[in-house]
Amino acid sequence: MTDLLQVKNIRKTFPGVVALDDISLSIAPGEIHTLLGENGAGKSTLMNVLTGLYRPDCGEICFDGEPVSFGSPRDSLAMGIGMVHQHFMLVPAHSVFENILLALDKIPNFYSRKQYQQKIQQVLDDFELDLDLDAPVWSLSIGAQQWIELIKLLIRDCRLLILDEPTAVLTPQESARLFRVLTRLRDQGKSILFISHKMREVMEISDRVTVLKKGRSLTTLARGSYDQGRLASLMIGEDQVPEWEKAPCQDERLALEIRNLSVRNDRGLSDLDNFTMKLQRGQVLGVAGIAGNGQKALAEVLTGLADASSGKILADDGQDITNSTARSSYIAGIAHIPEDRKSIGIAPDMTVDDNLIMKSFTSPAFRRGIFQDRAAIRNNAAEKIEQFAIKAGPTGNPVRYLSGGNIQKVIIARELSEQPSVLVALYPTRGLDIGSAEYVHKVIVDGAKQGMSTILISEDLDELLKLSDQIVVMFRGRLAGCVDPRSTTREEIGLLMSGEVQT
Amino acid sequence: MKLVAEKRQTSSKLFRFSAPLISILVALFVAGFLLLAAGVSPLQAYLEIIKEALGSTYGLSETLVKTTPLIFASLGVSLAFRMQIWNIGAEGQIYMGACGATAVALFSGLENHVMMITAMFLAAFLCGGAWAGVAGILRARWRVNEVIVTLLMNYIAILAVDYLIYGPWKDPKGFNFPLTAQFSDAARLTEYFNTRLHSGFFLALVCALVLYLFMERTVWGYEIKVIGSNPKAAQYAGMRTGLAIFAVLFLSGAIAGIAGFSEVAGLQHRLQHGISPGYGYTAIIIAWLAKRSALGVVIVSFLMGVLLVGGDSLQLSWQLPVAFVYAFQGLILFFLLASEFFIQNRVRLVRGTSHD
Repeated sequence: MTDLLQVKNIRKTFPGVVALDDISLSIAPGEIHTLLGENGAGKSTLMNVLTGLYRPDCGEICFDGEPVSFGSPRDSLAMGIGMVHQHFMLVPAHSVFENILLALDKIPNFYSRKQYQQKIQQVLDDFELDLDLDAPVWSLSIGAQQWIELIKLLIRDCRLLILDEPTAVLTPQESARLFRVLTRLRDQGKSILFISHKMREVMEISDRVTVLKKGRSLTTLARGSYDQGRLASLMIGEDQVPEWEKAPCQDERLALEIRNLSVRNDRGLSDLDNFTMKLQRGQVLGVAGIAGNGQKALAEVLTGLADASSGKILADDGQDITNSTARSSYIAGIAHIPEDRKSIGIAPDMTVDDNLIMKSFTSPAFRRGIFQDRAAIRNNAAEKIEQFAIKAGPTGNPVRYLSGGNIQKVIIARELSEQPSVLVALYPTRGLDIGSAEYVHKVIVDGAKQGMSTILISEDLDELLKLSDQIVVMFRGRLAGCVDPRSTTREEIGLLMSGEVQT
Repeated sequence: MKLVAEKRQTSSKLFRFSAPLISILVALFVAGFLLLAAGVSPLQAYLEIIKEALGSTYGLSETLVKTTPLIFASLGVSLAFRMQIWNIGAEGQIYMGACGATAVALFSGLENHVMMITAMFLAAFLCGGAWAGVAGILRARWRVNEVIVTLLMNYIAILAVDYLIYGPWKDPKGFNFPLTAQFSDAARLTEYFNTRLHSGFFLALVCALVLYLFMERTVWGYEIKVIGSNPKAAQYAGMRTGLAIFAVLFLSGAIAGIAGFSEVAGLQHRLQHGISPGYGYTAIIIAWLAKRSALGVVIVSFLMGVLLVGGDSLQLSWQLPVAFVYAFQGLILFFLLASEFFIQNRVRLVRGTSHD
């Protein structure tokens, strides 16, 4: 039997970044094929190539044995390749029926509502789904909205369904139901390309798994020839553990303690679940975990952007700061390197000078009464630009004209300017070139020497092993384990990340 | 062959600053066809506008008289724009400001000129601010869209003023016309050069300067700019965005309210129907044209003043309807919005059907 889709040696670059280096992949009819890889491994780019959003620089895509080239998502949809995106493409104010109708081509100007409703209902019945076609989409749960996306593809008779982390927004029950439907679809001969981070689901549902790493397809394994540990270590890589760079932390005094902390998200699910950890003064605490396992909630609760639903955060003097008014002032002393630099780290239209004082603009150093002290602000900027080697361009340049690495330096310079006792860094080197990444590492190590404690949340195991005094591993918002970087192995961390074992 | 638009990496400074000028020129060109259709030579009409509005002491003073409320209202609107808040309600805020000032002038019984004027100014400031503040609270608390609220409250304000002048505030000696009684001398601003030019104009210039300093030099101005540039980052830096939204809308409305004060105290000396012929709406265009600068507001307001006065003379000499002036304003805004697109994007003609 010929493969439904064949991807051969695809390469895609963006200015300054190789997103896909060399990807090959084939999907058979009636197969659930899983793509596994860390963030930044190239999964999303590959999806966008397959759905016609990007054109590859070189390489070949064959569908049904014929070489194809997609100019736009419309082309790939016409071929029968459909995708359920992580962010749904629905019109919230319109009814379920109208949204599904949008997916169809060639609807006559005067269409028979009844006829189409019957057609849709048939698909629903087929999969034992219960959806009110007249309900407006905004009134439905996230899970139900995802069903609509899926039905949109089924009613078009798509032959290849691409699902981008569909279970990220689902409860376990909803996921189980989705899997039943996917399995049935496969048995009917549809091909499914499934993207997930969650190791257990991958084990449960895949016929074959392709592991991506740094823009390359490492290997494709058929069911039975892999287990969770194997996949985890493939995903993370098996290179040598890098030299541990930092002097060990000697100070026994606590900088921060978290006891049994839980954080619930908008949907009432626990992002952080009974999480406990201690941070010593001058310690670099690495936090490992596959994306979406509670790292973001941890950072948010520590920096005051999210509220704890239960548990305690204790300050260095043992004071409970979880929900007290002292929290805001203590949190003000916690430096934060946010995950999404451009969306919350900077005010893009303002100058580098202005961005550097964003957290301390009310400080007497930068004001005289109600007026800003422009000279002091300029001097501060000049000093920081030199100290952190920021390529800031001409004075008065809006910060959005800077490169990603330099924007990150602006944020770091600002966050560290007030001698914080604790730094929470989320993926601080993601997307940076090697030089800038090295610089960020140096800042963290130097800070530790002066007694600053760092919570380093990262997906880059090399980085964690190189810098941390201790590594905690998170899985589903819980503490999966705690390891010593000097004696651990990648495999041990990988197993902890996959939730396979707990220490 | 087809047209393709792509995002520019950087936009040329020169183009960014000349875009408003180009928009006005193109609007002049297109409006020329409207004039032609009305049987008027565009060139002559434009010359007439300039001559009437700038060519005599009378014309110039009238232009400045029209410029005054425009400056106040546009400063108010542009302040809110700086924080990405869209105050469409300057018109209503002018009416409420005028209403507040009139209440003080008619009923306070103050006789000292300085005290009277100060009280009227404060009343207008508070009334205009409170009017916009309603939208501010709704927006900050419950995320109600301020565009709708400020816009709809215009109609309430205009009708409320109508109620007052047709009803309780009507001048008993006014032969039943919908007007309040004339203000006492203490409640009138000084006039200059034997024209209608009054001290409100100079107050407007001072106000522009104060607002410039406020935005560019104070800590609060900095906060407003950060929130305008990226509200999430502002929140993350510990700024209280909700409070700022309310404060900025209040201040925005308060400044627009001063226009109402200056109109009744400086020009009309009573409250009457239609005290603002749409200054509050013109202010939106001016705030857009002036981008972010207070100086820009003053200049553009003056240009609009020229257009209004010149447009009046067109009505007299060629019997053109006043709608022409509004059509012209609309054209300017239209081309300005279009120019925004060209500043952000580069447009190329692409041959063939390639998708690159």
